[in-house]
Amino acid sequence: MNKTWNNKAWFMVLPVLFLVAISAIIPLMTVVNYSVQDTFGNNEFFWAGAEWFEEMLTSDRFWAAMGRNLLFSGIVLLIEIPLGILIALNMPKSGWGVPVCLVLMALPLLIPWNVVGTIWQVFGRVDIGLLGYALREVGVDYNYVSDPFDAWVTVIVMDVWHWTSLVVLLCYAGLVSIPDAYYQAAKIDGASRWAVFRYIQLPKMNRVLLIAVLLRFMDSFMIYTEPFVVTGGGPGNSTTFLSIDLVKMAVGQFDIGPAAAMSIIYFLIILLLSWVFYTVMTNYDAASDGERRDG
Amino acid sequence: MADLTARDSFAGTAAASSASDDATMRRMRRRGGASRLGWLIPTLYILFLMLPIYWLVNMSFKTNAEILGPITFLPAEPTLRNYAVIFTDPSWYKGYINSIIYVVMNTVISVAVALPAAYAFSRYRFLGDKHLFFWLLTNRMAPPAVFALPFFQLYSAFGLIDTHIAVALAHCLFNVPLAVWILEGFMSGVPKEIDETAYIDGYSFPRFFVKIFMPLIASGIGVAAFFCFMFSWVELLIARTLTTTDAKPIAAIMTRTVSASGLDWGVLAAAGVLTIIPGALVIWFVRNYIAKGFALGRV
Amino acid sequence: MDLSWMAWTLPTAIFFGTILLLLVSMAVWEYVSPGGNPRVGVLRFETTRGDRLFVSLLGSAFIHLAWLGLVGPNLWWALALSVVYAIGVFRFV
Repeated sequence: MNKTWNNKAWFMVLPVLFLVAISAIIPLMTVVNYSVQDTFGNNEFFWAGAEWFEEMLTSDRFWAAMGRNLLFSGIVLLIEIPLGILIALNMPKSGWGVPVCLVLMALPLLIPWNVVGTIWQVFGRVDIGLLGYALREVGVDYNYVSDPFDAWVTVIVMDVWHWTSLVVLLCYAGLVSIPDAYYQAAKIDGASRWAVFRYIQLPKMNRVLLIAVLLRFMDSFMIYTEPFVVTGGGPGNSTTFLSIDLVKMAVGQFDIGPAAAMSIIYFLIILLLSWVFYTVMTNYDAASDGERRDG
Repeated sequence: MADLTARDSFAGTAAASSASDDATMRRMRRRGGASRLGWLIPTLYILFLMLPIYWLVNMSFKTNAEILGPITFLPAEPTLRNYAVIFTDPSWYKGYINSIIYVVMNTVISVAVALPAAYAFSRYRFLGDKHLFFWLLTNRMAPPAVFALPFFQLYSAFGLIDTHIAVALAHCLFNVPLAVWILEGFMSGVPKEIDETAYIDGYSFPRFFVKIFMPLIASGIGVAAFFCFMFSWVELLIARTLTTTDAKPIAAIMTRTVSASGLDWGVLAAAGVLTIIPGALVIWFVRNYIAKGFALGRV
Repeated sequence: MDLSWMAWTLPTAIFFGTILLLLVSMAVWEYVSPGGNPRVGVLRFETTRGDRLFVSLLGSAFIHLAWLGLVGPNLWWALALSVVYAIGVFRFV
């Protein structure tokens, strides 16, 4: 769409700017201030310089949490994106099945995150949970409380349970926007199922898939509540992700300086990734707009 | 590029011979060309989604003795005691009221401020617009854990700790950018000629916006409100940090009671079930727009 | 209103002041010559001068972090490196 140049539009953005600035900029400035100082409470601060940053960047604890978080995000994306596409491709496109599927699939997204944690905490328990009980019955030695591998499996299955629907709904939105003519043409050309997917459905889903990857990566990179409720970051530190470690440090140990330094490093990484995704997305849009104009 | 030429050739042949086997086509459209067993995949997936929820509901109707005893797939002696506990104890049911109050406040504030901003982004170019839009988005991506501590300090300084408005405002951090993003997507789908015609017809901007434009993007407003509701309803970290007793959300009360009362599993399950219900109701109202909404109005 | 909880220090105040100054001068620059001087640089997509400023600042932040993690606590060298990097970004990106 051709937009007119009009700087008065700023006035329409002002309320948003004001609101978000209060809740984003002031806290962010505060975090920066904390990150270069040391405190023992009572609002007394002592200059510490870049000490906390240096400590963070050379601490094994931070890099371990970062590694676990990246591994978690990677696994979750590898499962949820293909699974989401597969389910979306097989969703009914019309009839009574559509609203039923949509409502049931969206349900996990609307459950408070700690309740998601509680559901899986209960579900996985060997004594009172269906999953733990069933696994025990078929002879799998499963206990997410004491075994790190089982804890990881539980947290990942929980995330798949919680968020795959988002990918499904996004892909589905992309799929229903494909005009029937494309499918008819493919049928006439004798295109294989794979060709239909590769040359019709996938290009149409590109955009929404990008959004899906962006949202899923970011949300899994800052996951806190669900694994915290299920495992509390344990056994040991095996499921302590960045956010969990951060809250532990800031609230549990009241190490505000290191926690603030970690927040800033964390935030910078998020900022970089957001920028990469956003640039890819807008340039992709510009390119496809160009195609549409040419065609 | 290859995709495009392939697509064009498909479309071209379709136009040439439009009268073809309708029945096959309908089947293909319905299944997206999938095999006959295609329905199995979503069905299995939904089954997988429902199992843990079934277990929670099942538990909420059991007595604690039965929960801790041998596994039963349906409550042997169904009881409403767990729900009775919640509905008779103010410290429980107030949690629901608190949650709903701040969620509704947040939804109203977010959509109200996002509407004009989204209009500006979808219709005009202005100084620094793209950077502003990106900056808004980064706030949607920012981890709440980073903000929890300074938020506590900030709202303490204003004396707003343990009020509903504090949580509502704090949740604006991620809900306002999201609402702007969604609404901008929907608004860009409305042709600009409509605005211009209205101005020629002598409509003032506010009158045009309320009388003509808002009805046109009503579904977008609904979807944006739905998402604000959703993310405010499910968030716990910030809500818990900013409240102590008077505005404590139900989700936080749940965690506290678990650790204090020696694990009353039945009540915990009942409270969990009750937190699912508002979400389910809201989804039902927006079910026809939900897919497009999740694509943020951009398909 | 009591702002002591924000724990301001002179260096951080100077830091944020500099950022604010940069933003204001960018706005003025944009106002004087609108359009942002878009071009396609080494990153092979179109950037405006606002994008270049963002890339410079974000890159500088990572240069400082890398210096702290890999070399040592003397950040003046990191600052010098960042300035060189920023000039490079404004010249080639």
